[in-house]
Amino acid sequence: MSLVIAIAALAAAGAFLVARRGTVRLVLGFILLGHAVNLLILAAGGANRREPAFISDDLDTASVADPLPQAFVLTAIVITFGVTVFLLALTAKSRVTGERNRARTTQAEDEDAYEDEDEEKPA
Amino acid sequence: MNPALLPLVVAVPFVAAALAALVPRTWLRRSLVLAVPVGVGVVGVGLVIETSDGSVVATQVGGWVPGVAIAFAADTLSALMLTVSALLVLAGTVFAIAAGDDDDRWFVPMLLAMTAGVYGAYLTADLFNLFVMIEVALLPSYVLLARRGTPGAIRAGRLYLAVNLTASTILLAGVGLVYASAGTVNLAELNGLGAGATGVAVATGVVLVALGVKAAVVPVHSWLPVTYPAPSPAVTAIFSGLLTKIGVYGLIRVTTLVLAPTTLLTVVILTVTLASMIVGVLGALGGTTMREVLSFHMVSQVGYILVGLVLAGAVGLSAVVFYLVHHTVVKTSLFLTLGVVEVRRRTGRIDDLGAEARLHRWVALAFLLGAASLVGLPPLSGFWAKYGVLRAAALDERVVVIVVALVVSLGTLMSMLKITNGVFWGERPEPAPEEVGRDPRPAHWAAALVGPGLVLAIASLAVGVAPEWLLQLADVAGQGLESGEAYVEAVLQL
Repeated sequence: MSLVIAIAALAAAGAFLVARRGTVRLVLGFILLGHAVNLLILAAGGANRREPAFISDDLDTASVADPLPQAFVLTAIVITFGVTVFLLALTAKSRVTGERNRARTTQAEDEDAYEDEDEEKPA
Repeated sequence: MNPALLPLVVAVPFVAAALAALVPRTWLRRSLVLAVPVGVGVVGVGLVIETSDGSVVATQVGGWVPGVAIAFAADTLSALMLTVSALLVLAGTVFAIAAGDDDDRWFVPMLLAMTAGVYGAYLTADLFNLFVMIEVALLPSYVLLARRGTPGAIRAGRLYLAVNLTASTILLAGVGLVYASAGTVNLAELNGLGAGATGVAVATGVVLVALGVKAAVVPVHSWLPVTYPAPSPAVTAIFSGLLTKIGVYGLIRVTTLVLAPTTLLTVVILTVTLASMIVGVLGALGGTTMREVLSFHMVSQVGYILVGLVLAGAVGLSAVVFYLVHHTVVKTSLFLTLGVVEVRRRTGRIDDLGAEARLHRWVALAFLLGAASLVGLPPLSGFWAKYGVLRAAALDERVVVIVVALVVSLGTLMSMLKITNGVFWGERPEPAPEEVGRDPRPAHWAAALVGPGLVLAIASLAVGVAPEWLLQLADVAGQGLESGEAYVEAVLQL
């Protein structure tokens, strides 16, 4: 049950942040959504079996955790990490070009092209 | 052919990508990026020949027990798509080099890594591995899309990222749900499980929604016409031939293997595909740039491809396969052809162009062939593709499909005439564009710029004149998809 609540809370917070303006919120939202899905996959393996799945003489298949969802989650975490880094790089890049453009173009064009970033800029 | 070669089709492009990132010489990078698709193409042709009797080549990676191992498998559909992808990568790369895209030293490594993911998606027989391969293909595509760093490219890149990340998250959740309800993500073991157990069917539905976003079917299509015109013309052409197609392929594979043809599935797929056809072509009629028109047509054509999924069993599925192969080639040809005009003129707005046929005779010819094929005029491959869809619809007595398919074809013709009249013939607007007919590379590169689109258009003509072999292959692929037995037996080594 606690797993369900955690997934729901993470997914709701993530979806809320993704739907907001601004790239940094987008990044944070996707991190939360990624965690929600990771927990969902762990839950898919069954939450009641938690013993480590090491091969040994007294291995009890009824109590060991399913290792496959853990492997899935590991892969998913790596992918999410890579995407997060790229998103952050894109955010940084768009700010740099944004400021360069700010110096070059007229105010009207500027607002049109960068309205998304405006609310994140410190006043 | 030794099945153990299958994972190499993914591994070799990866190694080549890493090498290309390290080598400092342009000519070395170029030979790598041209040699890899040639090799994959040869393997693909070998696989097509081997699977042309309906057999399936499969291998268990690492020699694990079937069902535990991550399996790679190639049936006729996979082999065909692998071959076509390699051909398109080759054509797109030649164009990209001629258009100056590889002046950026990261272009080639990113392209090679992306193609590795695409080939892997066609060959994997595991739902989770399909997710991984789609991600592998998408990660470099984010970079390729936003690479130019212009405000427009970065904005499009952000939208593209947000949409695809959402879809990937849903896809991963769907895979998790499939595992929770079925206890496996091996596609062969999932075969038929969606028929009885509703849990598996619902979980598969989540997977299909995510794949639908990647394939850009209505109502989750609107990201595509906004983002595809943003990168350089070469990148758009390569994307159009590779990325949405893995979404379409995934939809075909998962639907045919896992789900049973229920009334609900039929209604949903018919609604979605017919809506895609109509919405796509209406968008194309309103498009203001050449690539916008073509991007909307991708939405429309995905409807044509997928409608056969629920029409007349194996006949419909063979229409799906033929249409997918035809569309992938022709759409890339059109993007490459119009890309020549855009690269030389530095603009893609139809209103700013005119009378280009005088300067670009071969380009105009390639465009006419491609456009006629897209509309479905004989003797081009598009005619046989549409004929297949209409035949399946007639066999199933779905009059609405026939009517919509024909009316949308008329819309396709009108939007293509818009480009024909606006870009290639008709008056050039005043003032004329400043850069007249100049290539980014010296004159002897012109053939490399014009050639790829023309060769693909001629391929469509050749298939249209002599379609029997491809129709036969599509029939074999359709029967294989319909029964699924050969695929399951090969993957599980029964």
